[in-house]
Amino acid sequence: MKISIERGALLKAVSQAQSVVERRNTIPILANLLLEAEGSEVQFRATDLDIEVVDKAPAQVERAGATTVSAHTLNEIVRKLPDGALVTLTADAATGRLTVEAGRSNFSLATLPREDFPIMASSDYDSNFAAPAGLLRRLFDKSKFAISTEETRYYLNGVYMHVADGDEGRVLRCVATDGHRLARVDAPLPPEADGMAGVIVPRKTVNELRKLLDDDDAQIAVSVSETKIRFATPEITLTSKVIDGTFPDYARVIPVGNTKRLEVDASEFAKAVDRVATVSSERSRAVKLALDEDRLVLSVNAPDSGAAEEELAVAYGDERLEIGFNAKYLQEIADQVDRENAVFLFNSSGDPTLMREGSDTSAVYVVMPMRV
Amino acid sequence: MPTLCRDCLTQFETAPAAKRCPTCGGRRMLSHPELFDLSIAHMDCDAFYASVEKRDNPELADKPVIIGGGRRGVVSTACYVARIRGVRSAMPMFQALKLCPDAVVIKPRMEAYVDASRAIRAMMDELTPAIEPLSLDEAFLDLTGTERLHGAPPAVMLARLVKRMKDELGLTGSIGLSHNKFLAKVASDLDKPRGFAVIGAAETTDFLHDKPVRLIWGIGPAAQQTLDKAGIRTFADLKRWDKRDLADRFGSMGERLWHLARGEDRRRVSAHAPMKSISNETTFFEDTSDPDLLDGHLWRMAEKVSDRAKAKGLAGRVVTLKLRRANFDILTRRMSLRDATQTADRIYRSARGLFDALNDPGPYRLLGCGLADLCPDEQADISGDLLDPGASQRKEAERATDEIRKRFGSEAILKGRSLR
Repeated sequence: MKISIERGALLKAVSQAQSVVERRNTIPILANLLLEAEGSEVQFRATDLDIEVVDKAPAQVERAGATTVSAHTLNEIVRKLPDGALVTLTADAATGRLTVEAGRSNFSLATLPREDFPIMASSDYDSNFAAPAGLLRRLFDKSKFAISTEETRYYLNGVYMHVADGDEGRVLRCVATDGHRLARVDAPLPPEADGMAGVIVPRKTVNELRKLLDDDDAQIAVSVSETKIRFATPEITLTSKVIDGTFPDYARVIPVGNTKRLEVDASEFAKAVDRVATVSSERSRAVKLALDEDRLVLSVNAPDSGAAEEELAVAYGDERLEIGFNAKYLQEIADQVDRENAVFLFNSSGDPTLMREGSDTSAVYVVMPMRV
Repeated sequence: MPTLCRDCLTQFETAPAAKRCPTCGGRRMLSHPELFDLSIAHMDCDAFYASVEKRDNPELADKPVIIGGGRRGVVSTACYVARIRGVRSAMPMFQALKLCPDAVVIKPRMEAYVDASRAIRAMMDELTPAIEPLSLDEAFLDLTGTERLHGAPPAVMLARLVKRMKDELGLTGSIGLSHNKFLAKVASDLDKPRGFAVIGAAETTDFLHDKPVRLIWGIGPAAQQTLDKAGIRTFADLKRWDKRDLADRFGSMGERLWHLARGEDRRRVSAHAPMKSISNETTFFEDTSDPDLLDGHLWRMAEKVSDRAKAKGLAGRVVTLKLRRANFDILTRRMSLRDATQTADRIYRSARGLFDALNDPGPYRLLGCGLADLCPDEQADISGDLLDPGASQRKEAERATDEIRKRFGSEAILKGRSLR
């Protein structure tokens, strides 16, 4: 194999592929990228056996072929090469080395045989649809903060993507929860997506997917089977196993009878929560919300370190209420609000609270209170 | 050289020429250049449980006595007669009985040991407020600054303490006296039983030089192995290491090792050493892989841990599970909770989750669970679980059953699970 490729294109492809590679690997070949050159392009493939990324870049292919080389090392080398450099990659079957040449720099890297590189088995996808990158970005960005890290409830370690009945018809819905908070985000259903089976997309896949979604107008080809999900742009294909488990019935968790309504500027609210939480050094910082006629008093009382209080002007017309929350959870849900005011709907100090943006029900959040 | 008679407590500024005490004729003379200057001590009772049994039943005096639970349990304490035959603490009972078939095996009578321990504690309280008990039968004592109060140096008061224990309680103990906790603990082990060993500041380095590092409290077989890999076997090996290198290689332990290598230990003798974890375990009468039986054991262990946590006003953010397979392999698992708990229900459910995730068929001979990363119980169970709306009801039910038990006894109300 011998190819020449512009440094920028090479860096983009290599860095995107290598981020899937785990830093610590017990199987040496999983630390490598598979390079395959043919026609007028080169493919970079990386996998951790659960996720596979294939990244294509245009290249001058002098001699077709393939090899595998350390993802991390190749990425570091390319990153340090000067901008605009033309990089030549040559695999020498006799020595088992890959040389990387650019200007006066010359590297010789150890390789492993391409035959040893595990290729993810292809799946028969039951559903195939196209979705705008912006739509997917909103679905996953607004839900991923609630993904659980708890290993025993592994079925919560991802975002549950499925088709559901929303307030205005069928929607593509993403739900994530860790048992303390829950995010439910809806988007208009892409026509071909109806009938798609629900899948739990693992956290790492959600994070890798994010890199495909920067361009608002790009169309992402999504394919779903019972065991795998694939997201593809013309350059990048991300294939991932989905979590084999049953996502809990989240509908019963979302309160419907909460009537006490608080409306507040989300960013003012988040900043105030952040300020008062400063005095507490505990891991689960509890913030108390005391609500009265158009008045919200946030307070933190940490016996060992101090106390803090801040008052906010809000819209609230129900009876007095005192309720406590984990400061981080409050901030994280308030951060999801970007256009209108945050609307909180409470029931009592022991019941789950609902939050949404204005009257928009396409993204709702539920958070469990804390005893304070 | 300062000298003390451990029988009549007479002090001598210069060691008498004779081996016997000129005052009482006793042979137990103790001489050390720093004897009257050192004030950090470790007191360790000799074969404590066994000694209590022998005291309460004089017929046992010259018989090998082993304290431990049942045929399948482990040796908790062996008296010195049994130790001569090779019986050691923590040895499986069957092995101990093989070495010493005529041993009298006694089930632990914790109440009796607690009583004896309290009596000793009361004697220690007369010496200093700075007492740090490590268990029922050993404690650190800091007697710094008590010489004027008692009219005698710490060494004398300590010799008097063990003499009183022997005379008034019929129990013997060994004293280690030095200039810090680490060395005091090492010293108490040097001269057992009925020992009194001193490690002075001047001799510290020489004393440690060729001693193995496993002398350090907390260096068990696993840590020993890690140190072995780094070529560290003795204190001399350890001392060759740079502070930074040790910290890089062993993390937070590294810096402590560097100081210990030099015989330095700045930990204070503290009466309120915070408890780090609460755990309970049980060895089964027969190895089992029956999920129902194991489930019953798990619940009972969770309940015990919860009871202890509640009694101490503590809660834990980490739940641990421990299993010992029939072939003695140990499996341990732990999980962090979002907020601390002290309820048996959450401890049980978390440990059960860990157990299910093991996917191991067994059979097992031991099961245990525990709480770690402890905090005060005001912070316990403060947030509910969205996905488990029944959790708060179960918590209330547990609180109610606790009340019932308090009034009508611990058997007054039980979960069906606990009868498995």
